[in-house]
Amino acid sequence: MAGRTLYDKLWDSHVVREEADGTALLYIDRHLVHEVTSPQAFEGLRLAGRTLWRPQANLATPDHNVPTTEREKGIVDPVSRLQVETLGQNCVEFGITEFGMDDPRQGIVHVIGPEQGATLPGMTVVCGDSHTSTHGAFAALAMGIGTSEVEHVLATQCLIQKKSKNMRITVDGVLAAGVTAKDIALAIIGKIGTAGGTGFTIEFAGSAIRDLSMEGRMTLCNMTIEAGARAGLVAVDDQTIEYVRGRPYSPDEKSWPQAVDYWQGLHTDMDAVFDSEILLQAEDIRPQVSWGTSPEMVVSIDDEVPDPQQEADAVKREGMISALKYMGLESGMAIRDIPLDKVFIGSCTNSRIEDIRAAAAVVSGHKVSGTVKLAMVVPGSGLVKAQAEKEGLDKIFIDAGFEWRDPGCSMCLAMNADRLEEGERCASTSNRNFEGRQGRGGRTHLVSPAVAAAAAIAGHFIDPIRLEN
Amino acid sequence: MKKFTLVDAIVAPMDRPNVDTDAIIPKQFLKSIKRSGFGPNLFDEWRYLDVGEPGKDNSKRPLNPDFVLNQERYQGAEILLTRKNFGCGSSREHAPWALEDYGFSVVIAPSFADIFFNNCFKNGILPIVLDEETVDDLFKAVHDNAGYKLVVNLQDQVIIMPDGKKITYDVDSFRKHCLLEGLDDIGLTLQHVEAIHQYEKNQSKTTPWLFADAEINDN
Ligand code: SF4
Repeated sequence: MAGRTLYDKLWDSHVVREEADGTALLYIDRHLVHEVTSPQAFEGLRLAGRTLWRPQANLATPDHNVPTTEREKGIVDPVSRLQVETLGQNCVEFGITEFGMDDPRQGIVHVIGPEQGATLPGMTVVCGDSHTSTHGAFAALAMGIGTSEVEHVLATQCLIQKKSKNMRITVDGVLAAGVTAKDIALAIIGKIGTAGGTGFTIEFAGSAIRDLSMEGRMTLCNMTIEAGARAGLVAVDDQTIEYVRGRPYSPDEKSWPQAVDYWQGLHTDMDAVFDSEILLQAEDIRPQVSWGTSPEMVVSIDDEVPDPQQEADAVKREGMISALKYMGLESGMAIRDIPLDKVFIGSCTNSRIEDIRAAAAVVSGHKVSGTVKLAMVVPGSGLVKAQAEKEGLDKIFIDAGFEWRDPGCSMCLAMNADRLEEGERCASTSNRNFEGRQGRGGRTHLVSPAVAAAAAIAGHFIDPIRLEN
Repeated sequence: MKKFTLVDAIVAPMDRPNVDTDAIIPKQFLKSIKRSGFGPNLFDEWRYLDVGEPGKDNSKRPLNPDFVLNQERYQGAEILLTRKNFGCGSSREHAPWALEDYGFSVVIAPSFADIFFNNCFKNGILPIVLDEETVDDLFKAVHDNAGYKLVVNLQDQVIIMPDGKKITYDVDSFRKHCLLEGLDDIGLTLQHVEAIHQYEKNQSKTTPWLFADAEINDN
């Protein structure tokens, strides 16, 4: 028998039954729930008189709508408030554990899953949120689902799925100083495009991936959805096991040795064959900055805004022209010369402790540029925030002129009060630069935490390495 | 879900690639806890000149005359023709809800984003993948002929053009069956309750730590 990929193994171990045409019933070990994509699912269950298959397999938290300031005052917007309250009521009614807005463990759902050990190697993890791919960093088969599927998982603990194809992206070599997992992710999307991974599950491999921390691997897997793939994966190694050790939902001491033994098998066999292989060299990757309205519209920080006339494909060319217009940029302009109005450090891509440390290291001893209207740091969870404060990182940001906020999705998608105004330009550590994503007419440049921090200080893009010198 | 029947309707062209779900239905409308009523806010930022908010009376808002769905010739369209990677980005099912609520039941494109593609089938929308060249030809035909209509037949997996020419397309047999019959996935899965219990029982031996909190049915 030919060897199996990590994805094959995860898939095989979760198939409950399979139809002749390959449609499978896949068992789901962990379901994460947030307020935006769940109310209609709970309502559907109520209407049909259905109950939960396994309440304990679910974990919920509000994140998209929560305010990041003056939380004790509650949510001002009545529509947002109703949605968050509805989640709370549904969790009580159906017996789901929820970290509510006042819980110190509340945070972005993709940050708290791993933080709690609710995401474990070898699991299937789903959530009504496309960035569920994040959890693939733990060699868990993790993917975003729609609300009908949320309802399906709540009622049956299963998902109806067809298997995708296998892709491996290998990044070998050593990253240069100041280059991070975010830059790898953006460089990959720049290379294969936002539809490059459609129909695939992507496994990330190679020495540069092994060298990433768990936080870095989460950043990378988080962005796989931006490359079109529903799921990204990294094989288990010692780092993975050390990360999950001792977390609230991790296996107890009794099961630990058996779990570790099982997890150590979670890697691709030597003789497994992928449907597609892509190779990148770490040394070629520079800090990345997106210039357009799709994550594939990205260049390195030393480059210039590209010229649509150089693009042969007519549909792409039109897309570039309209992106430049929306972004208010001229081709040929140096990325370094782009001035910024706001800086956002946060989101499920880059709001973990390592991200905050990386940004703080750049900011330390500097002040936010007078031309930047607002620079904010939004930790991914209450626990990340507490950890950062313990390390004194909040002071570094506050002294430099940053705002230090409460955890949530915040300006990643601007469902709460944090948003860009028409025409404002933002260096953002989030994952999507779509038109209007951070506020109608707002202009988003996707970057790493280090680049965002450096941009806040300089008022324009700059390689963080240069700032430090 | 209602059964998918023969569609014989006007085609509206959306001539841009990578139309994301943020564009299909902007986030402020995601605050709703209902499943319906999203149609008037479909493509909100492109469709209106002002800023849309939940609860605003959409009939009083200034329309963007340049936006395709606001043009007279595309009124009543039920088929959306678009470019590659339609529905990328956020997993929000509000996107197909908005398309369906507006009146679309078919979307034709060279490719779709995975989650969106999946979500369509759960909401009575048929996403059809055609090759780039065919899509190009259709764009041209729609552009050149006001009131251009297509007939979409799911049973026979064929699109019939006004001149009688036929385009065949692929669709997953299980999904086709569910669409045609208007079947509810949950009901289908619950026919396999025993298999799920059996799976849990087996797995709770291999990976007991994942079932530490669960009551495993032992019969
Ligand atoms: S941080 Fe942004 S991308 Fe992540 S879950 Fe929240 S809204 Fe979605």
